[in-house]
Amino acid sequence: MTSKKSGGKAQPSRRRNSKPALYDATDAELKEFYEQMLLIRRFEEKSGQMYGMGLIGGFCHLYIGQEAVAVGVQSALKDGDKVITSYRAHGHMLVAGSTAKSVLAELTGRIGGCSKGKGGSMHMFDPKNGFYGGHGIVGAQVSLGTGLGFANKYRKTDNVSVTYFGDGAANQGQVYESFNMAELWKLPVIFIIENNQYAMGTSVLRSSSEVELYKRGESFKIPGEQVDGMNVLAVRAAMDKAVEHCRSGKGPYILEMKTYRYRGHSMSDPAKYRTKEEVQKMKSERDCIDQIKELILDRGFMSEDDLKAIDKAVKAEVAEAATFAQESPEPPMSELYTDVLA
Amino acid sequence: MTAISFGDALNRTLHDCMAADDSIIIAGEDIAGGAGIEDSDVELGGVFGVTRGLAARFGTGRVLDTPITESAFVGMGLGAAATGLRPVIEVMFCDFFGVCFDQLINQAAKMRFLSNDRIQLPLVIRTTMGAGDGSGAMHSQSLHALVASVPGLRVVCPATPADAAGLLKTSIASPDPVIFMEHKGLYGLTGPLREDEDGHIVPIPLGKGRYVRRGTDLTLVATGAMVQEAEKAADILAVRGMRCEIIDPRTISPLDMEILIESVAGTGRLLVVDEGAAFAGFADAVVSKISQKAFAFLKSAPVSLTPPHTPVPYGRALEAAYLPSHEKIVECALRHFSK
Repeated sequence: MTSKKSGGKAQPSRRRNSKPALYDATDAELKEFYEQMLLIRRFEEKSGQMYGMGLIGGFCHLYIGQEAVAVGVQSALKDGDKVITSYRAHGHMLVAGSTAKSVLAELTGRIGGCSKGKGGSMHMFDPKNGFYGGHGIVGAQVSLGTGLGFANKYRKTDNVSVTYFGDGAANQGQVYESFNMAELWKLPVIFIIENNQYAMGTSVLRSSSEVELYKRGESFKIPGEQVDGMNVLAVRAAMDKAVEHCRSGKGPYILEMKTYRYRGHSMSDPAKYRTKEEVQKMKSERDCIDQIKELILDRGFMSEDDLKAIDKAVKAEVAEAATFAQESPEPPMSELYTDVLA
Repeated sequence: MTAISFGDALNRTLHDCMAADDSIIIAGEDIAGGAGIEDSDVELGGVFGVTRGLAARFGTGRVLDTPITESAFVGMGLGAAATGLRPVIEVMFCDFFGVCFDQLINQAAKMRFLSNDRIQLPLVIRTTMGAGDGSGAMHSQSLHALVASVPGLRVVCPATPADAAGLLKTSIASPDPVIFMEHKGLYGLTGPLREDEDGHIVPIPLGKGRYVRRGTDLTLVATGAMVQEAEKAADILAVRGMRCEIIDPRTISPLDMEILIESVAGTGRLLVVDEGAAFAGFADAVVSKISQKAFAFLKSAPVSLTPPHTPVPYGRALEAAYLPSHEKIVECALRHFSK
């Protein structure tokens, strides 16, 4: 069945079900999802604000709207699993376990930042927590993530490598080179395609001949699924399945997360390629935080006031990080010459 | 001390290093080359045979034939290195750097800096360089200066079997990405291997040049296959009364400026022979550095001898005309530096 010789049958890719599988979260887990998604949202709002004030330079890609993906994915992982992503990295850093202070101080280019202010928004790392960056070149992290998976397998662990990329990167050549090697050698790599529907300012419809991106692994025999990336419980349920597949040695798995970013590609994007109505419709009908909030209230284990208290605590954490990120000094000039070579 | 070829010295080093450390894996195109196929004991060991016998000894789990996809297998090696494995990746010809350039100049070169030293990349990219065998414009280039211009990469160009072995051993142990460039014309060159009392290859530090020979009248700087041309030229020039000092920097980046300045301080004259670019290449870099840092010692303008600023031609006569040679070095030295 899974013979690599010619004639082997490709694993069928699965479309998103009309009724997607949802993770059966406990009350405590729901609360944690809510907190984490809210932390990313408030963090990114603050980043956007500080960018506007000129405190953050260069490029800054916000994750607002997509929070359910990073939160749901990370919740399915265990110690030793590895994660790598593109330049839209703040949210992934936070859920991997980095502090808001260290991420925000990196954005302001200060010594208190996770890379002493030498990396910036697009280049952040937290290897202790299994996070291998934060990479600035579209698609380049995909082969690196394949290498993280290779290392897991070589060391005979059952750890997985979660390799995120966007719908834009899904058209880069080395993604497919990586698919090929990952399936050929049965590497434990979960390729997460965060399909937020726009590659910078070009929609998937205008840039891709096959817009159902979960099918992109078919000619490599990698199973793929489309997931409602706006629903953290759908993300987690899909992840559980993919993780099980990888941990049991069956090779890579593709999850296409259908998601949406509310802000521009970067802070300098005027977003003329879509209508305000389109964005507003997603915000009001599909927002990942609102969905979980509703669920929590339905279950009744927390009240509106409890949720407001969480929001207040998250805002306080972000405010504290913002103060730190402005008060932490600039790195000394000697830092220019450190960490280039050992 | 037994003589060994440049290629065999590299092969021996890979065997020794892999036997001593199972975090070392190697990957590249056709590096096992047939090994691992049922009922086959054929093992190509790469197009130049440098990885011969490794798959049979260490298994195809550690010696991987990759698809012909340089971007992804260099990237995969990088990812594995970021977790502490020590991959030795073979890119068959440095001309193919064009395919995986992003992984080299953006990912490999910058991850240590951007991660604030929390990620080390103990990765070696072995590749070949150099013209002279009719391989044509896309399998003959010498791109050492191109990669050396990117901070965060170490670039090594050995010229002898002993240096090849000693430098490769150090490169594999290095926590930094190393581009290890083997001149195709040198694989058959034989010479002694430097071993310690226990028969272990003596490692050679990166960033340290060597005096190939001492002299008083002219400093000849050469790397890779040009070292031999410089030696032949120096023999001829000695008869003409010009005693050349030959420096082989061995490592292109970081460059051993000390030995270069020391030599120029003694001779007052500099001729750099290099197979790389005529414009913004290694020769230009050395001339520029010496002009800035050792101007007071110079008795005349420094000179570089490189191929013309053209692609590498295919035909035998044209290719010979393209390459620097000992005859050209002699002619150039006499023209510029005769007293």
